[in-house]
Amino acid sequence: MSGAVSSYGTRHLQALFGALGRLSRAPLATLLTLIVIGVALALPAGLALVVNNLRLATGDLSNAVDFTVHFKLGTPIGRVEQLAKNARERPGIESVTVTTSDQALAEFKEASGFGDALTALEDNPLPHHLTVRPAKNASGPTEVETLRRYFAAFPEVEIVQLDLDWVRRLHSLLDLLKRSLWVVMTVLGLGVLAVIGNTIRLEIQHRRAEIEVTKLVGGSNAFVRRPFLYTGLFYGLGGALLAGLIVMGGLAYLDQAVRELSAQYGGSYRMAGLGPEGAGVLAGVGAVLGWLGALISTGRHLRQIEPRA
Amino acid sequence: MIVFENVAKRYPNGREALAGVSFAIQPGEFVFLTGRSGAGKSSVLKLIALLERPTRGTVTVGGQNTGKLKSGKIPAYRRAIGVVFQDHKLLLDRPIYDNVALPLVVAGTPLREVDRRVRAALDQVGLLGREHSSPTELSVGEQQRVGIARAVISKPRLLIADEPTGNLDPGLAIEVMRVFKRFQDVGVTVIVASHDPHLVEQFGQREIVLDAGHITADTLHARAAARMTAVAPKLADLPNINIDLHT
Repeated sequence: MSGAVSSYGTRHLQALFGALGRLSRAPLATLLTLIVIGVALALPAGLALVVNNLRLATGDLSNAVDFTVHFKLGTPIGRVEQLAKNARERPGIESVTVTTSDQALAEFKEASGFGDALTALEDNPLPHHLTVRPAKNASGPTEVETLRRYFAAFPEVEIVQLDLDWVRRLHSLLDLLKRSLWVVMTVLGLGVLAVIGNTIRLEIQHRRAEIEVTKLVGGSNAFVRRPFLYTGLFYGLGGALLAGLIVMGGLAYLDQAVRELSAQYGGSYRMAGLGPEGAGVLAGVGAVLGWLGALISTGRHLRQIEPRA
Repeated sequence: MIVFENVAKRYPNGREALAGVSFAIQPGEFVFLTGRSGAGKSSVLKLIALLERPTRGTVTVGGQNTGKLKSGKIPAYRRAIGVVFQDHKLLLDRPIYDNVALPLVVAGTPLREVDRRVRAALDQVGLLGREHSSPTELSVGEQQRVGIARAVISKPRLLIADEPTGNLDPGLAIEVMRVFKRFQDVGVTVIVASHDPHLVEQFGQREIVLDAGHITADTLHARAAARMTAVAPKLADLPNINIDLHT
């Protein structure tokens, strides 16, 4: 049993080092292939990173769907607190903030610059209000509309201020971004498959005599295929590594500009990098694409080579 | 060991290489296949090595009807047969060692064992010490012997050779035949296709003569065979076997 396992391991190691050896003996050709794969992988990875940074920089756009519930003048604050408490227990709500009429007036004085003029008012004209933030997973137009109806149904509520059109536009925009990301990933993923498949096809043709002799002395299809699968795997992994370097380089270049822009808006935003998770996904995608490209190519072309004496 | 029953082989180009031949070869026999070029010798060997399948009739090797062998089983079948080719089919960009080791490597033999057996096989054909040479540095006769070392390294019970002496001068041809004879002496069934009647006559053994896809004679040169066995020396012990054919 252990003998069979070790001989299986030996064959894999031989194929692995054989593939590595052949790649390193043609460094220029290998590098060119890796660059093509690296660029093809870097584009979707970079785009995904940009989308991710946009989400982080805009606070996940969740405050964009906040809405305000204004109460009728004279509603007791106790009733407002009660409604807020009930609302917090509903699903689909992340937070409910109570702003009393006094707080609202103070804020308005500060923000508007009419401070002195407003002190002349006898009564506070501003009502109590709630600021409602829907939960992230419930911020679609329909869910928000349901929430609006819930609040509007209370007799104490004067008006629910909510720009549903904006919510709809925002969702379309996010959807568009996600879809374009998928399109780019699919197209470039197919590109990587084609590049690796073609590279393997050329190598199969180049080593035709060797494959023929190997089959002649009893090499199985699996034996002949194995080094090519490892070659594809290495192309995929190497391409992913290169893509990671390209993305990180681009990020370092953009980071300075982003910080300056952010500073002008009074922020201190720094670009988020790939992180270990992103790097893992990139390497995994590269490896799978490389292996798959080699599998498709060997499946098509190795069968055609049969020994002729 | 090998049974041909009414075997015919017609190639896609319409040429009929074998027109219904029947013969049987016992385990441990040494058989020459002779006849002119195109008589069907190579087709017989290709059918045995499963490089071709018969158009008609059955080929049975070691009790296995080759026509019923699934394609997934062909590699294992080929590993059990040693084949020597006229054009030796060596990988010229690999050292001798890699060429000889290939049948063991595809079988997943442990590396230490491969090392030992490559040396043993090269010793048997008188090329020990040339492991790291390229096949292109060898003479034609030496290349042919590398091909033989590769054919016997996995200790096959059956050794087939297609015109193994076709490119060799008479002296070298005898050397190569003596290597084959020594494998027969340890129980290996050997089949050699040759168009050289002089060599076959000198060497003796059983001879199957093919002409235009038919067997025209099947004779046993028993006396000659006994003489050869008596005088056959070990190849490696022979003086000056590296005759340079290029001069």
